Amino acid sequence: MTILPPPIGLLAELTHRCPLGCPYCSNPTRLDPKSTELDTATWQRVFQEAAELGVLHVHLSGGEPASRPDLARLVASCAELGLYSNLITSGVGLTESRIGTLGEAGLDHVQLSIQDAVPESADRIAGYRGAFARKREVARLVVAAGLPLTVNFVLHRGNIDRAGALVELAIELGARRVEIAHAQYYGWALTNRAALQPSPAQVRRAVAEVERQKAAHAGTIVIDHVAPDYHARYPKACMGGWARRSLNVTPSGRVLPCHAAETIPGLEFWSVVDHSLGEIWTSAPAFNAFRGTDWMREPCRSCPRQEVDFGGCRCQAMALVGDPRATDPVCTLSPDRAKVDAAVLAETGGDREDQGYVYRR
Amino acid sequence: MSDTIGPEARPRLPRGVRLRQDPARGAWLLLAPETLFELNQSSVEILKRCTGEKSLREIVDDLAVTFAVERERLERETTALIGQLHDKRLIDL
Repeated sequence: MTILPPPIGLLAELTHRCPLGCPYCSNPTRLDPKSTELDTATWQRVFQEAAELGVLHVHLSGGEPASRPDLARLVASCAELGLYSNLITSGVGLTESRIGTLGEAGLDHVQLSIQDAVPESADRIAGYRGAFARKREVARLVVAAGLPLTVNFVLHRGNIDRAGALVELAIELGARRVEIAHAQYYGWALTNRAALQPSPAQVRRAVAEVERQKAAHAGTIVIDHVAPDYHARYPKACMGGWARRSLNVTPSGRVLPCHAAETIPGLEFWSVVDHSLGEIWTSAPAFNAFRGTDWMREPCRSCPRQEVDFGGCRCQAMALVGDPRATDPVCTLSPDRAKVDAAVLAETGGDREDQGYVYRR
Repeated sequence: MSDTIGPEARPRLPRGVRLRQDPARGAWLLLAPETLFELNQSSVEILKRCTGEKSLREIVDDLAVTFAVERERLERETTALIGQLHDKRLIDL
């Protein structure tokens, strides 16, 4: 028996509350209400157990983590434990004094989402008037406080033609790093897929533009470019493999191998309220359900790429073909790939009218 | 870019980039936003000295004396490592 390697990252979803209403939100369609959120002491225990387990990075996320008044205390706990703390934020709720307090508490890094390079469009996508101006100001305050800044953009039909302008905006804001992630269709985002899906031609232009900028700006800004899997040849190595590198704790304490895992019926999730993080990592049924390669069927079972992409994403197989053991249907070796191509064509071909978003409220 | 790094540059790890020993994996790691690198012993010795106080020349001198290694080779290795990390914005000059 091989020894299970420790996880690298913990995604701490401190709350599902969020002031924005982004149509591409990957959080589940049913959210944990505020009354069920873990308290400060429980999160501190979770961080302690994470550090003992070998976790290195803690991503403080949500929802909007700044909705939690105890955010600075949680950052301080991570710092005391030697955990690298990364705040994933919309920026709404962060004032100059709050950013200062987080910096003093030992925050390592801030990742700020921005919805577009054009203010009116950015506000429309976020469903929040004034969001763009607010975010610009937060970026300035983060850089002024001496904290390293990453700007995160999710690309979709509403902003993909400005991929180059987004990178330039990130440079102007003083970010050291920018994430360009093509929308992925989980949770709320799946509801809006028809309104978000870019055409294959738009994707090709955007990918070429981002790759050109990557080379042009080396040493100024690092561009991490997450490929659009519906338009790829092989699936993404989702989460670096199921239960292989990270854990995800929901606001009420359920521990998931990935963000969307609760969309798979029949999986048993354990909570930090009842179990230690270490027990959950090694023994929770949901973590062992798709760990390794034994669960695979053909074409994955005999595929030389089985430890490259681990069969892709279980939740996507569930969502698109109704079977979490199937090969991720975005794979060109999957018998179901035609369904993905048909969806892209139906959503982007011909003279379609632009659809409105279903906002998350 | 890396080819412009001169001997008087004073490399330092910026905030958000941390060198740490990891008991769980028995390794030295460089932690950075959304990424980490496992380091070999010579990289660890170089990066421990990247505090912004010493110039590249002084770092190489120190390493050459401490480990009794040929200076020219050390200079090449050190410049290459710092150049790669600088391109990734993991070292400031």
